Amino acid sequence: MKIIVLVKQVPDTEEERRLDPVTGLLDRGANECVADEINERALEVALRHRDANKGTEVVALTVGPASATAVLRKALSMGADSAVHVVDDLLEGADIAATARVLAAAVQQAGFDLVVTGNESTDGRGGVVPAMVAEHLGLPLLSSLNTMEITPERVAGEATVEAGNLTVSALLPAIVSVTERSAEARFPNFKGILTAKRKPLATLSLEDLGVIPHGGGANSTVLTVSERPARTAGKKIVDDGTAAKDLADFLVASRLI
Amino acid sequence: MTNVLALIETSASGAITGSAAGLIAAASKLGVPVAVVVTQQGEGAAAVSELGNLGAQHVYLAESPEVGRLMAAAQVEALMSAARELDPSAVILANSVESREIAGRFAVRSGGGLLVDVVDVRTAQDGSAVGVHSIFGGTYTVEATVQSGPTVITLRQGALNEPAASKVPSTTTVSLAVAAGNATTITMVQPVSSGSGRPALRGAAAVVSGGRGLGSKQNFVLVEQLADALGAAVGASRAAVDAGYIEQNSQVGQTGITVSPQLYVALGISGAIQHRAGMQTAKTIVAINKDEDAPIFEVADFGIVGDVFTVVPQLIEALQARSN
Repeated sequence: MKIIVLVKQVPDTEEERRLDPVTGLLDRGANECVADEINERALEVALRHRDANKGTEVVALTVGPASATAVLRKALSMGADSAVHVVDDLLEGADIAATARVLAAAVQQAGFDLVVTGNESTDGRGGVVPAMVAEHLGLPLLSSLNTMEITPERVAGEATVEAGNLTVSALLPAIVSVTERSAEARFPNFKGILTAKRKPLATLSLEDLGVIPHGGGANSTVLTVSERPARTAGKKIVDDGTAAKDLADFLVASRLI
Repeated sequence: MTNVLALIETSASGAITGSAAGLIAAASKLGVPVAVVVTQQGEGAAAVSELGNLGAQHVYLAESPEVGRLMAAAQVEALMSAARELDPSAVILANSVESREIAGRFAVRSGGGLLVDVVDVRTAQDGSAVGVHSIFGGTYTVEATVQSGPTVITLRQGALNEPAASKVPSTTTVSLAVAAGNATTITMVQPVSSGSGRPALRGAAAVVSGGRGLGSKQNFVLVEQLADALGAAVGASRAAVDAGYIEQNSQVGQTGITVSPQLYVALGISGAIQHRAGMQTAKTIVAINKDEDAPIFEVADFGIVGDVFTVVPQLIEALQARSN
């Protein structure tokens, strides 16, 4: 079985993240960029299946600028067997529509039984890319799984939705997105870091994938970007026994109760 | 004015869920609001007047035996069918696990453009739909539009609170042909126990959250007690979740749920940047923490430096005295 894990480089949430005020694009220079944690959980789910099932191959795949190689190297050091990096200047400013189209083309070219990824990235947070990739490929999506079970023919799992917990199932090949409840990602060990350097990492352009970009394939335009004035601290009191009453009065005066 | 579709979510029993009001309100801001709802054969009639009360001008009732059995398939087909008939300028869906999949698939299938996790909408001078996004926990407000196809919007739950004026809607009923193909099947539904009776965290008007300062799972009950006194949902910081005080689906913040309530009360939460990213667009923030240097106070409209175990019981008492 061949499992492709989609990974993404994102700005580190430990720091203040910036947008370019003119283009509305992420200011990649303003932050350290890291592997998105949610995709490392997706990778962990795939690696656990491989560890228990001989003959499973795990491929990490990303679409992103040259710097995103670091994310693939980390995936390889965690245990992925190989990696694919789609990198092309034409992708600058790609939106979700463009990204989903390119991801779909890339996984299709690589071939797979299962694609696993995070349910939403920490920067975009849209949570729609897995569904768009699935739709491009005409495949089922199992969205936001907390648990996942893979058999040679099927993938199944549990997802939490507004109404409750769903158990869902689909025939392979399929696309799966996982939540942060799915698995705790392993740390790369020393041996993993050493062997990662010898593992194959392919670099592909849009031409290699046969994707003809219409302006990168984007279908959204940023009109305006404005930075919210930092929230300012309001009243702060030290409790002397009357603070609770003051707060109740404040809530009433603010029509909050 | 052009038609704007709002995909209404239903529960396992077919009832309209809480996100409907915001979806129809958003559609009303962009054009003629059309509620699209997918039900089992003959079960949609009750929904019509309810959707009219929420402001729907027209209700597009799509009936399919596959709803509740397949993920997304019937809903995507319903939107495609409604779009062919009504030529909408925009389609609005909830930013939920299920509707995100429908939005992503519909956008690809219809050639539409996506605006995701939108907190507000408006109509541009040229008549096109504009989505307002709140990025990086509210640090930036970005307005965006799409270049071609219908504008497909996922609306952050709880972002729009003003309901549209009620209408007496007209109705179209269609029977959907859904090709099951290789769709994902739902093999079991376990409804959430409505035991707590509290509002859901996503979209709640008021939220009370607890952090590591609560000290233990037993003490976390205090958060629930204040939430009940305020009619609020219960949330938590990552620290409280990691410490096992409460389930992860209550986590507010960068990697949890983003909330934008009228009132957010932070109890024993220091206010790390990751937590603030999930709540700093709340209208009013109240913080109680014994550490006067806690960063949560930098964003609080009303901060109390004090012991939550002293202040909160007094506050609950004061609230109860008032309601009596």
